[in-house]
Formats: sequence, structure tokens, C-alpha cells
Amino acid sequence: MSATTDPAEVPVLGPGQTYATVTDRVTGVILTKKTPKGWLLGFGIAFLFMMLMLFSLTVLFAKGTGIWGLNNTVAWGFAIVNFVWWVGIGHAGTLISAILLLFRQEWRNSINRFAEAMTIFAVANAGLFPIIHTGRPWLAYWLLPYPSLLQLWPQFRSPLLWDVFAISTYVTISLLFWYMGLIPDFATLHDMAYNKAVRRIYGVFALGWRGASRHWAQYNRAALLLAALATPLVVSVHSVVSFDFAVSSVPGWHTTFLPPYFVSGAIFSGFAMVMTLAIPIRKFYHMEDFITDRHLENMAKVMLATGLIVFYAYIMEVFFAWYSGNQYEKFMIYNRMTGPYAPYYWALIFFNGIMPQLLWFKKVRRNIPLLFVISLGVNVGMWLERFIIVVTSLHREYLPSTWAYYAGTFWDWSLYIGTIGFFVALLFLFLRVLPMINMFEMKELVHHLSHRGKEH
Amino acid sequence: MSESVYGLIAKFDSPEAVVEATRSAREAGYRRMEAYTPFPIEELAEILEFKPKIQYLVFLGGLIGAIGGFGLQYYASVISYPLIIGGRPFNSWPAFIIIVFEMTILVAGIVAVFGMLGLSGFPMPYHSVFNAKDFRLVSRDKFFLVIESRDPRFDAQRTRAFLESLNPEEVTEVQP
Repeated sequence: MSATTDPAEVPVLGPGQTYATVTDRVTGVILTKKTPKGWLLGFGIAFLFMMLMLFSLTVLFAKGTGIWGLNNTVAWGFAIVNFVWWVGIGHAGTLISAILLLFRQEWRNSINRFAEAMTIFAVANAGLFPIIHTGRPWLAYWLLPYPSLLQLWPQFRSPLLWDVFAISTYVTISLLFWYMGLIPDFATLHDMAYNKAVRRIYGVFALGWRGASRHWAQYNRAALLLAALATPLVVSVHSVVSFDFAVSSVPGWHTTFLPPYFVSGAIFSGFAMVMTLAIPIRKFYHMEDFITDRHLENMAKVMLATGLIVFYAYIMEVFFAWYSGNQYEKFMIYNRMTGPYAPYYWALIFFNGIMPQLLWFKKVRRNIPLLFVISLGVNVGMWLERFIIVVTSLHREYLPSTWAYYAGTFWDWSLYIGTIGFFVALLFLFLRVLPMINMFEMKELVHHLSHRGKEH
Repeated sequence: MSESVYGLIAKFDSPEAVVEATRSAREAGYRRMEAYTPFPIEELAEILEFKPKIQYLVFLGGLIGAIGGFGLQYYASVISYPLIIGGRPFNSWPAFIIIVFEMTILVAGIVAVFGMLGLSGFPMPYHSVFNAKDFRLVSRDKFFLVIESRDPRFDAQRTRAFLESLNPEEVTEVQP
């Protein structure tokens, strides 16, 4: 592909694909006895890290949050950083499946399935952190409003409780959306499978789907409505997460632009994660015909756009601190840029602000290894961003006598890395047993493309 | 004989063919019929004059979620355990909006999925059409049109001849 080609000319689907080839390629990965060696290796490594997570959790439950680096000044540490990071990653899946559906962006069809899977696994990790951060996770159900013998209700005026509702709604809707998209594909797997047990299992999940046109009409209407509901939901979720910070009066947190800043950051990091996953997956499973260079280029453009919003927010943060005339706000920014966490701050500016500027160039957007590096950089940068927001604001607040230094301990890191293992292990399982590409939407795309061909 | 079969099924190779066939069958006066396809084709539902109703249920679900969400917070903060927090009124509704919003989406979304499944009669593990020859290809690359024997115009010979005239790959009987 030469660098001067018009992006519209690069197809969203490789040549020669028919309804049958789409089905056979996607189901072929699942309905086979051969598990690729690379899969076993990758899953094995991820599984080890998942064990590290379970080990860290066991130690945490046995000894309490004292094993973390938290102290009286910095009471929000890795758990909150990781929570925000994981929720943010989840947002790209919903954005691709809901918002791009509403905008009738056909190129989303091949990436939406695993982006949605990624959402669910990321949000599962995200949900874990606030629960263990409470210190007594076995009492987590106290967060829910129910008529208890204690006679108390949760505090409905608190953003922390809004978070409980936002995240649990988000998990539920994402899961439903994902399952609904899978129903016709489960039917395909049921029909394609020759092993009786496999047939039965997929058959149960397919619920007896038979592709009747009346069912499709009902189904499409429901999908559209669900997309219309999920779109404001995804915007609300990270806004509510940002309220956890913005509603407090801590310097650096107490700003009105936090919700849009968080939402665009979430989409930014989510697309970076989709890219990080899509590039190796399409290579490993030879899915270049379905996840084409056009997809990667489009995702790069979304990353560039959201990255610019995020960079703008970084600049505005500095401006507001100066313009407010508030000495605490001014000190907060000064401390970020020159204090003990300055290397983190400048690294995040580099990864999230400077490096994505390369995406302005088509040559870079077409350079797959470079895209991979940039997306990895954004993943790191977005984690650093949350770390900077949480920690630098807290560790030197109003009273210098309360100032303290915070750093993650071994158990902070092991749990964080462990959740990445958990996430990757779930993804590997997903790739083995569920269709990674939405087959019926791909067939719809084949159909539409064949029509478009005839018109010209 | 027409009582003993579920209907006649015609197999087609392309979406255009099944759309044409369905339109012809409709014009020929058949009503109790259904087209089966590997992916949604909007024209088919239009030809069969089927209008999805799920949106009314979803709206109702959203309404219930909103009222329920506000009711929950109002009951807890004003009736069950009134507690002055930060000098705010008991019914501090602006702070309740977000949970009302989330509950609206939650209930409407659940209704959208389960309502859609319910309206279409799922889960339905058995259906006569699964007995049709090659029907497992419906989820791969084949398109089917079934005319049920319950249709008043159904006649084993004439309906078969009619379906044969639509250029299908094959016409077979569907056992009930």
C-alpha cells in the first residue's frame, strides 16, 4: 500500500470474501480440536499472572490494606488509579459498538466484538478495585440500597455511591449488549458444529435463534435502542468517575472540566488498548482481511482526536491553576512539574501529548509496528495520568504538616500486574470459544458492499 | 396431506432471490409465511408488513426505572431515615438525578434485550423449521422461504409449483 493512496480506497474488507468464507474463517478458529501452540503459551503466561492476582488478593484479605503503600495523607493509591484506568479502557468497546453503530460506521463491524469483550473484562477488573479498596470487601454489599436491619441507607448525595450505580449499570448493559450480539453467532456455531456436546452448548446459548425475518426486525430495533441507551451511559460513567474527584475540594481535583477531560481520556486509552490487542490478534489469526489497515488507520484517527482533547485539558489545567490566583492550585501544578513525581508528569505529557502527534502523518498511521508502539505508550501514559491526578494532588495538600510521600509496594504492583494477567487470560479464553468477529454483521457488510459495487 | 406437514420450504442462494420470492408470495396472497436469513434484511420485514413493537416496552422500562430510581432515593432520604447531611434538604433532588439517570438506562436496557427475546418467543429450543433439509445452512450462507400449511391458500401441489417457479435451489417439505 503506497503512502499516497486515498484512505477510502483501502477496503474495510479483504477481496473475495463471501457469506460462506466469513462464516468458515471465524468459526474455523473455534470449532477445531487443534489449539494453537501460541495460544497455549500466551494463555499459560497470562494464567500465571492471574495466579499472581489471586495470591495478592489472598494476602490482602489475610493482612488488610496495610500491605499497600497507603498512608494517612495519600489514602487513595493504586486501587483508585487502577480502577479509573480499567474503566477508561472499557469505554472504547461501548463507543465502537454503540456510538459508531448510531453513526452507521460500517468499519466498526469487525472490531466491535472483541472490543466489547475487552470492555467487559476491563470493567470486571475495574469493579474489583473499589471493592477491595473498602478494606472489608466482605461487606461490599453495604454499598447497595436495601432495607437493612441497621436501618441506614447509603448516602445518595455522594459521588461514590453514584459510582456504584454507574459502574453496575455499565457492567450489566455491556454484558447484555455483548450477549445480544452473540445470539445469532451462537446459532451459527450451533449449526456449524459437528460434535454433539459442542452443538448442544452453543445451542443453549443461541436460545433457538433461527434467523426469521420478523425476529431480525425486532432484534435490529432493540439493538438500535440499546445503542441509543448505551451512548449517554458511556459518557455518564466516566463523568461520574470524575465526580469522585471533582466534587471534593482537593486542589487539582476541584475543577469543572474534569468530566469531559475524563471521558475523552477514557476513549483515548480504550482505543489505544483496542489497537494494542488488534494488531497482534489479527497477525496471529491471519485476520488481515477482516481487520484491515483501514481499521487501524481509523482507530489511529480517533486516538489522535481524543488525544488532542486530552492534551488540551493538560494545558488548561495549568492555565486554570494560574488564572484562579489560588495559591494552593498554583502550588499543585508547580509541585506536579517539579516535585517528587515530576518524572511521571513529564512522561505522561510525552506519551499522551507529544507522541500521538505523530498520528497526523499518514505514513505513521500506515506503519503497523509504530502504531503498536504508540498505542502501548498511550496505555502507559494514561495510567501515569491517573496516578498523577490521584497522588500528586493528595500528597501535598493544604497543610504542609500533613505532607507525605507515596509509592506502591510490592503488593500494589503484583495486584496491578496480576489484573493485567487476568484480563489477558480472559481474552485468550474468549478467542478460543467465542467468535472474535461478529459474523452476521460481517455478512451484512458483504451484502452492502456487493450492492455498492453494482451501483457503480 | 397438507395437515401432516408444517409447510413447504424453498432454499435460495442470494438475499436478492429470497426478497423477490417473498414479494411474489405476498402478491400471490400467501400470508402465513416467514423468510429465514443469515443476517438481517430490512426489506423482508417490510414485505411481510411486520412492525417491531419493542420500543414501547423500552420506553415503559425507562419510565419505571426513572420513577423507581427517584422513589428509592426519596423514600430512603425523606421517609425511611431522614438525616440532615451538609445542611441539605431531605429531598435534595439535584443530587439524585444521576442515580435516576442510571436506573433509567439500566431498566430500559434490560427490557430492550429481554423484551426483544420475549416478543420473539425465545428461548424456543424446538421449532418445526429445524426439521427442514439443509436448514443448518441458514446461519451460514443460504436463504429460506417457508409457506406454512396453515395458510388458507396453501395447497401441497399448487404451492409447491408456485415455489418452484421462483427459481429456488430446492423445494422440500417441512415435517412438523
